[in-house]
Amino acid sequence: MSKVFIALQANEDSRCIVDAIVADNPEATVNLQPAMVKIDMPGRLVIRRTSIEERLGRDFDLQEVQVHLISLSGHVDETEDELTLSWDR
Amino acid sequence: MDMNVKKKLGLKEKYALMTRSLGWETSYEPMDAVFPQTRYEGIRIHDWDKWEDPFRLTMDAYWKYQAEKERKLYAIVDAYAQNNGHLGVTDARYINALKIFLSAVPSLEYNAHRGFARLGRELPGVGPQIACQMQAIDEIRHAQTQIHSLSNYNRFYNGFHDWKHMNDRLWYLSVPKSFFEDACTCGPFEFIIAIGFSFEYVLTNLVFVPFISGAAYNGDMGAMTFGFSAQSDEARHMTLGLEVIKFMLEQDPANLPIIQAWIDKWVWRGVRLLSIVAMLMDYMLPKRIMSWKEAWEVYFEENGMALFKDLARYGIKVPDCVELIKKEKDHLSHQAWNAFYTAGKMTNFHTWLPTEEEMDWLSSKYPDTFDRLYRPRFEHYREMEKQGKRFYNTTLPMLCQVCQIPMLFTEADDPTQISYRQVTHQGDKYHFCSDHCQHIFEREPDKYVEAWLPAHQIWQGNCFAEGADPGAPDFDPLKSVLDYWHLVYGRDNLDFEGSEDQKNFAAWRAQATRN
Amino acid sequence: MHIDLRTVAITPLRHTFDHIARRIGADKAASRYQEGTLDIQPSANLQYRPTWDPAHQLYDPARTAIVMQDWYAFKDPRQFYYGTYTLARARMQEAAEAGFDFVETRGLGDLMPDDVRRRALDVLVPLRHVAYGANLNNVGMCAYGYGTAVTQPCMYQGMDHLGIAQYLTRIGLWLAGPAELEDGRSHWLGDGRWQPLRRQVENSLVVKDWFELFVAQNLVQDGLLYPLVYAHFVDRRLNAEGGAAVSMVCAFMNEWFAESSRWVDATVKTAAAESPANAALIAGWLAHWRGRVREALLPVAELAFDQDGEKVLDTVTEAFDARVAKLGVALKEGGHV
Repeated sequence: MSKVFIALQANEDSRCIVDAIVADNPEATVNLQPAMVKIDMPGRLVIRRTSIEERLGRDFDLQEVQVHLISLSGHVDETEDELTLSWDR
Repeated sequence: MDMNVKKKLGLKEKYALMTRSLGWETSYEPMDAVFPQTRYEGIRIHDWDKWEDPFRLTMDAYWKYQAEKERKLYAIVDAYAQNNGHLGVTDARYINALKIFLSAVPSLEYNAHRGFARLGRELPGVGPQIACQMQAIDEIRHAQTQIHSLSNYNRFYNGFHDWKHMNDRLWYLSVPKSFFEDACTCGPFEFIIAIGFSFEYVLTNLVFVPFISGAAYNGDMGAMTFGFSAQSDEARHMTLGLEVIKFMLEQDPANLPIIQAWIDKWVWRGVRLLSIVAMLMDYMLPKRIMSWKEAWEVYFEENGMALFKDLARYGIKVPDCVELIKKEKDHLSHQAWNAFYTAGKMTNFHTWLPTEEEMDWLSSKYPDTFDRLYRPRFEHYREMEKQGKRFYNTTLPMLCQVCQIPMLFTEADDPTQISYRQVTHQGDKYHFCSDHCQHIFEREPDKYVEAWLPAHQIWQGNCFAEGADPGAPDFDPLKSVLDYWHLVYGRDNLDFEGSEDQKNFAAWRAQATRN
Repeated sequence: MHIDLRTVAITPLRHTFDHIARRIGADKAASRYQEGTLDIQPSANLQYRPTWDPAHQLYDPARTAIVMQDWYAFKDPRQFYYGTYTLARARMQEAAEAGFDFVETRGLGDLMPDDVRRRALDVLVPLRHVAYGANLNNVGMCAYGYGTAVTQPCMYQGMDHLGIAQYLTRIGLWLAGPAELEDGRSHWLGDGRWQPLRRQVENSLVVKDWFELFVAQNLVQDGLLYPLVYAHFVDRRLNAEGGAAVSMVCAFMNEWFAESSRWVDATVKTAAAESPANAALIAGWLAHWRGRVREALLPVAELAFDQDGEKVLDTVTEAFDARVAKLGVALKEGGHV
């Protein structure tokens, strides 16, 4: 299956986002590069608001991900609770 | 009325009210007069409401998040300038990559800004309109953050000083200039396939991710910051590119062949444009994270192919040029650096020969080609340098009529033979670097005969300094052309070794390390 | 080894880019507004004719009848480049958000008299479509205008109008609900009182000369509509009748209009000061559109002020004429030149 990925700037907030993604997507592989973190995942990757909130200790609007985002691949589906990247439709 | 009984609207529902429900079918003026550009390309759209919004940002959220990005970015830019961050880069040679970046990229962003503004006005569906408008305003952001971040380099180093003037004139910069002006002069649908899909989705990861990560690796926090900050908008743009192509393909099967031809054209145009990025990554970053070939494999062959696999359901095929690109990836950066090294009198940046250690790295990354084909060439130049005869090519190169790159690429299966194609059109001969550029010309000859090819223009006498008299006995054409470009001989150009940049950087660094 | 680079005092080789120095002198640093604006539009050796407008070049000053010797004579008095623009708007949106939060959490909409709420909805909700038309017009001016000094703020103005359309949408959702937006839309499409204004907006959408459109949209239409609706209707009438909550959530529009008018005025003034020919063109456009917009706004004024509508519109027009008098453009009553 084709991989999707998301790349984030390496900083304090995105550390929690990455932790949340890894917890929710056990098959994800995390690839550290200078100043950035790239997460690859076969087929489908889900980012959950509540998982990030637990780790950040505050309310989090998923659109805030865009502040730290570097790149992604796959089709994007965005709701209040989840941001999904996938090739399967 | 009781506020509590009101149903809470979901994000999608609310966003639809905030965007598409603003539009209406005009009746005092015909829709075709309000949106006059949507028919002539032959694309058929039956229902703009089928458009799926990729990201759902309303303006208030846009202002909020973008302002936060800007605050962070300019705080770093200021701190970087105040702390003389430029002296912390790995090696002053690196700064030359930034000179290319400044003279080429902000103008691309600017053209994208204006191009997307046009689409934001001309596409009849409110959903895609607004997505294009957001991209339009983002793109001027990118142009400006690049200019502002690199402005401090201009204060201390040569080659940056007249980037805009050079962008409109200097020979190699006609490559990016013609690429974007080509796209901007297309109809709205071709423009968005060219830029939104082929360039943003398929190719920009190759510009920003490895290169900017490379900037970080070389101690350039300034470039890293604007690069990554711009890239955070890019994720939205890429998604728009993907959404738009799906939308167009789903609207009418008759759109498929038109779109396929555009993808074939623009993936190739984009890949040619990226030749210079290949060279930047392999030759201009003193510390390297990955080779061009590796970046190509990750971002094009892996991610790009996943995309084409997904689009196969609509009948979209991988562009033919991909076969050639696969063969060229082992050669591209070496051939490009060779061309610029030898054209070092006519560049606004310095060139140099790779060190022994760097050549070893290149041969480890390009085991099939580097030692066999390119190392000997560089070693030959090194010998010439030792004899005090640093090689400079002083003749004007022949340019491809379409991509405008000098004829420097070789035949796919014979690296000793320059690839060269020729077509006669209405009695005139036109030259091309490849089958693909030739095919692009043959589909639209009327467009490409209008190309402004710097080498031809120089021969025709259109690129001499203002007020110059080519008939004067002491007229020096090369000097006059350099004046036309505003290129300062001996400061902006020639080898890095012995340059003012090299001396200043060394002196300033030394100053910083002693009391 | 740690190097403390801050301790190095080095003399820069130059202060700014040459194209900026040619305009402001080489002896001083340039502002970010200047470096991010001046001359950054491609301007020489343009390649290929636009397939969508073969009569012109890609960037072509001839898309308007206005003639400028230097298109960078225009200056945005707010000195907006993207960074300063988004920071200014982020501050305003934070205040607007606080306003919505305040009126929503305290149920202030419910405390408004029914007839006041009804009237607020009747006037404000269809204006979403007017703001959207203004968005398209300004984005078009950015696309087809000449020189970043004037096209850049048109982009920002376009996005501002989109933001306003979205705030008006929120007002409709706050005071009523999604069905109200549908009602407002059908008024916009079919109610006789909105048709003159819809005709005006649609007419503006086909204006080809982008500077004429600038005069029609940014100077005349906004110049009459914003004071009429937000200063007179929202801030005076609704306030006086128990609808102060609406004026809280319209603070954005009032602040925005005051701020952006400074730029609109500066732009018209610069173009008119360039030549008597420009001033005459602008005067003709002004006379034409001022009459049309007034006519289109009259039924809206009556919706807002009943039988006092015309009187309030006269007051607004007088203030508008006084504003225009300072721009170096003669005000003529009547038709198109």
